[in-house]
Formats: sequence, C-alpha cells, structure tokens
Amino acid sequence: MTGEFQIDPPGEPDGEPLLRVERVRKHYPLTKGVLLAKTLGQVKAVDDISFTIAAGETLGLVGESGCGKTTTSRLILNLEDPTDGQIWLEGTSIHGLKGDALRDYRAKVQAVFQDPWSSLNPRMTVGRTIAESLIVTGWGDRASIAERVGDLLDQVGLRQDQATQYPHEFSGGQRQRIALASALALRPGLIVLDEPVSALDVSIRAQMMNLLKDIQARDTVAYLLVAHDLATVRHMADHTAVMYLGKIVEHAPTEALFDNVLHPYTKALFSAVLPPRPDRRQDEIVLTGEVPSPLNPPSGCRFHTRCPFVMAQCSRLEPELREIAPGHLAACHLHTAG
Amino acid sequence: MSIAEQTVATAQAPGGDDIVLDVRDLQTYFFLRRGVVKAVDGVSFTLRRGEVLGLVGESGCGKSLTALSVMRLLPKGSARTIHGQVLLNGEDILTKTPNEMREIRGRQISMILQDPQTSLNPVFSIGEQLREAIARRTGGRTREVMREAVEALRRVDIAAPEQRLGQFPHQMSGGMKQRVVGAIVISGRPEILIADEPTTALDVTIQLQYLKLLQRLQQETRMAILFITHDFGVVARMCDRVAVMYAGRIVECGPVDQVFDSPSHPYTQALIASVPKMTGTTERLYTIEGQPPSLMDLPVGCRFAPRCPHADQRCLEVYPPSFTVGAAHTADCWRMTAG
Repeated sequence: MTGEFQIDPPGEPDGEPLLRVERVRKHYPLTKGVLLAKTLGQVKAVDDISFTIAAGETLGLVGESGCGKTTTSRLILNLEDPTDGQIWLEGTSIHGLKGDALRDYRAKVQAVFQDPWSSLNPRMTVGRTIAESLIVTGWGDRASIAERVGDLLDQVGLRQDQATQYPHEFSGGQRQRIALASALALRPGLIVLDEPVSALDVSIRAQMMNLLKDIQARDTVAYLLVAHDLATVRHMADHTAVMYLGKIVEHAPTEALFDNVLHPYTKALFSAVLPPRPDRRQDEIVLTGEVPSPLNPPSGCRFHTRCPFVMAQCSRLEPELREIAPGHLAACHLHTAG
Repeated sequence: MSIAEQTVATAQAPGGDDIVLDVRDLQTYFFLRRGVVKAVDGVSFTLRRGEVLGLVGESGCGKSLTALSVMRLLPKGSARTIHGQVLLNGEDILTKTPNEMREIRGRQISMILQDPQTSLNPVFSIGEQLREAIARRTGGRTREVMREAVEALRRVDIAAPEQRLGQFPHQMSGGMKQRVVGAIVISGRPEILIADEPTTALDVTIQLQYLKLLQRLQQETRMAILFITHDFGVVARMCDRVAVMYAGRIVECGPVDQVFDSPSHPYTQALIASVPKMTGTTERLYTIEGQPPSLMDLPVGCRFAPRCPHADQRCLEVYPPSFTVGAAHTADCWRMTAG
C-alpha cells in the first residue's frame, strides 16, 4: 500500500463513475402563437443539478410531481438534450451521439417505466418484445436469441414457455417483469426505473423490489430509481437525492438521509409518509399551499414560500448545495449559517 | 376514538339507532358471455354514526364495486347486485326506485372518487356546481346559497373563495379540485361519505393536507365515512375500524390498532409484512407467492388457501365462517377455531 494515496473503488479503474451529471439544466420555452411565436418564459424543469452513479449502485431520486425527476431521467436516457451542462457515461459525453455510438448508448442505458399496461406492444408476443433489442443490434442468430430470451424469462421469474403469449395474458406484476427482461436483454450498465412499482399492488410490489435487488446483486447493474415513495427508495437505493422544483435540495447516502434529515422540504416529505401503524403517529409538518409553478419559481430558495423555518435571507439568497456532514449535502441556509 | 366504548360490533347487529349503514351479504356479479365474475361475493359490514371504516384490499378485490353497489351506481349493462340488503337507517335502499335513489345520493350518501376531474363538470364554474348542491338541499334563495357556497369553500381551506367561485375546474390543481369536491359533498350534509381512494392521485404532502381536512370535516359534521384505500398508512391515519377484502369477501374486520398489531388472517398478516417500512431492516421484503384467484373461477374453499402457507385440506374444501378473535374483531380463517 505504500505510495498509494487513493484507492479506487472496484469497477472504476480510473475513478470515473458510471454516470456523471454535471450542472445540467433543462428549460422549456413557453410560447404563444404559431407564426411569429413569442416566448413568454422558460419552464425550468431541471435547473442546475449534478450527481454521479457508480457501477452497480442505486441512486434514488425522490420528489413530488413537477419537481423535474422525470425530466432528469429523460435527459439521462438521451431522449432530450440539456439546455446547459453535461452528462457523461463511462467518461464519454452522451450529447450529439449518432449512428452506432447512439445505438451503443441505448444498449448501455435502458429503462423500465411506471405503467406496465402501456409499455408493451399488445400485438407482439412477449418473447418477440424481449428479443426486439437483440434483433435490432444483431446480437446473434435465431437460436442464440431464443436461448437468451429463455434465460431472461428465467431471470425475472417467468416460465420459458410464456414467451409465446401476448401481454394481455399477463397481470400487471408479470408485465413489469417482462419490461424488466427486455431492459436487461443487452446487459445494460444502467437502468432508469421510473416509478417501477407504484402501479403495482402491495403484495406484488414486494416481489418486484426483491427481484430488482437480486438482479442488481448478480449483474452489477446500476439503477436510477425515480420514485415518490420514500419507503421504496429506502429499501432500494444506496444514495438518495431529493428534488424540489428542478433543484436537488438534499443528497446523501440513503441510510444517512433517513437517520438525519437536514432540509425542511425533506422533513416535510418524511412527515407526510403515513406510518402503517396507528401507534406510530409522528409530529407532522403539514405544508401550506402547493408547489409553485416552475415557470416562475420563487426567488432565493425555491422552498421559502412553504418553508416552516423561513428566514429573511431565504427569499433573497439562493442556498447552495453544500456538504454538511460527510457525503451528506443539503441546500439550506439553516445549515450553512451555523 | 369511541371504538372502545362501542361494546359489541358484529356484522349482523340489529338496527340499533347509531348504525347508519348496514350492508348484509351483498353479492354483485358481472354477467359476461365468458362467464360470471363474482366481484363482490357476500360482503357484510356496518357503519355507525361518526365512524370511519377503512376498506382495504388489492386491486380487483371488489372494494370499489362494493361502494358502487351501495350507491347503486353500477356500470350499466353487465353488473348486477343479485343478493343482499343495504340498510340505510333501517331501510333497504336496494328496493328504492331510481327517483328515490337520486334523492338519497348527495343528501344522505355522498361519494368522493379518486380522480376529482370525473366528479366535476368541466363546463360549469365551481360556484354553479356548489350552488346546485346547496340549492337541492335548501331550495333557498340565491343570496343565501351564495353565502353558503363561499362558506363551504372556506371550510375546505380554499383561499379567496369569492374569486374561486367564478373559476372552472381546469384552472385548479388536483389537490384543490379534490377540496372543491369535498366542499360540494359537505354542503349536501350527508350522513355517510364513501371516499374511494380520494388521495391516491395526490402527492404525499398534498395527501396529508387533504386527510387532515377530511378528518376535521368528519369531526365537525359527525358523518360516517367508508374509506376505501389500498394504503395501510392512510388507514392507520384515518380509520377507527378496518375491513380487509380479498377476492370479493371481507376476510378480517376489527378495530385498526387490533388488526394492525395482531392481524389474525394470514392474508392480512402477509399484506402488512410486505409493505416496505421507514424503520428497521432493509433486507428482503416478505412476499406473498402467486396471484389472487380469477373471480370467474374461485376456489371452493378459502380463497386465500392456494397462496396461504398454513393451508390444509379443510381450507381447500370449505370456506371458513367468521370467527371472533377479539372485541369486535373477526377473521374468516379455520385456524381461528383452535384459539
């Protein structure tokens, strides 16, 4: 060990994480009129966010509707170009990829979406759906593709002979397994899971969460888990980032975050989680009002209009995301002042 | 509250005067060409004045259809209630004419649905929709109705209600629309409110706002609420008693703290164990193997038996009766005979 100052984490020989998102913004112009359209303003869906995901790790992205978590996942899936900022996968910028490079990227970064009813083609057998990406990328001959499809069905807990069935013959939980199987087909490094279990029933939800963890343990695939349910994130994620109105307000190792919540918005989110036991009633922080429009976000700290701990400087000065405890970042004047 | 004071609560309690709704052996089936879907198959429960009863279960267990059967708002065509009684203050509303039912709905029983968009008319301002609900009750003059409409909006915490009256549903957020629906419901002053997943479409912080509001309104008006949800957290927060449904039947029913602390039915136990928690271990979650049975082809015995770790031959052959497992706490499970 002599002479070594830094030990790289396994799987990252050059210290570069699997995915690096740096100061990314995505603004959508709001226009009026068709010809001679006027730009009325910018919807700041995502506004200057940075994070990394290491190989084989799960980052949970939590927030309420309209906070920009879905836009973030679309940016990472390369379905949208950021207005500003950069995203790197394995050290390569993902912007402006074309042809084979883009196809390569699509193979490495896959997605499973919330609604298991709309994400599968009803006219294709599930075997064909799972094989689709293998066929498109010329993965192998017929026989080897069929074998791979069988393996994938095995992996997600379905029977091999179910490959010839159509999506309507499956339940919601099974469809979500099929969507996962097709996402896994090309052995991606990262899967974006956009609310993967929120449409499922309680008993099926637990099965799916266990399956996702098993697959991660075996294939060292990384997940970006977009979810609104904190308990789900707690069970799945290594790190958790909390978003509010296009900003990350708190980011920490999941355990550290659940042990010690720093940002008032995160506190409110936590207190809104209803414990499934009547005797565990906690102090509730009930936020007043609703999430302001991202078209015209409040000045200073975006949460100051609803924050129970608001101070004078909050409406003027935008707090920066700072490291408060080791690895635990929060953007709040309460913690930077002291 | 008040559960401890309420002594006996069996499903078939005679029409004591604090029971507002008594549902007895309700069966609602879908008659399709492919077969008969037994969506609600022998559901019985009572609802007392000022009580909040939670009805939990997974999708397809029949909880929403139970509510629609009580409201007599079944989807037209294939669905029919073929058996049972729905006693509203002792009178069976299943025998009422459509006109009589129209008088009962909104006045005696109201309903809040998951999606407020479906309850509000997009082409009328919320003021007009509120006034309609109030005028139907009071038949009163415009000025009083107006004042009451403003008051109703204020009660559901809508800021600047005078201005809001002229607005249309599309100008409001989901949480606010759900509060407007709440205002309309309250202004009819119903004895019973059926809330079918009213917060499922809302964000968590808005959900908490709304639940607090509902609770306050319930305490002010003393209306009884049948709260349909799949979320145990919501049940724990809102309800006095809870009924757990599985495949068209209530399998366990009792006071919330008893059911949560010592669930008796294996399905309830499994359901509670499989919910991810905010504290404790993050190791593997408990899972229930398999799928709920097809409602077209129900098992003859206990419906949970094919998935139940404790099932024996009797469970597969005969549906268990309701056993009393505690004060006002019943469970349909053969294992309860021993205890």
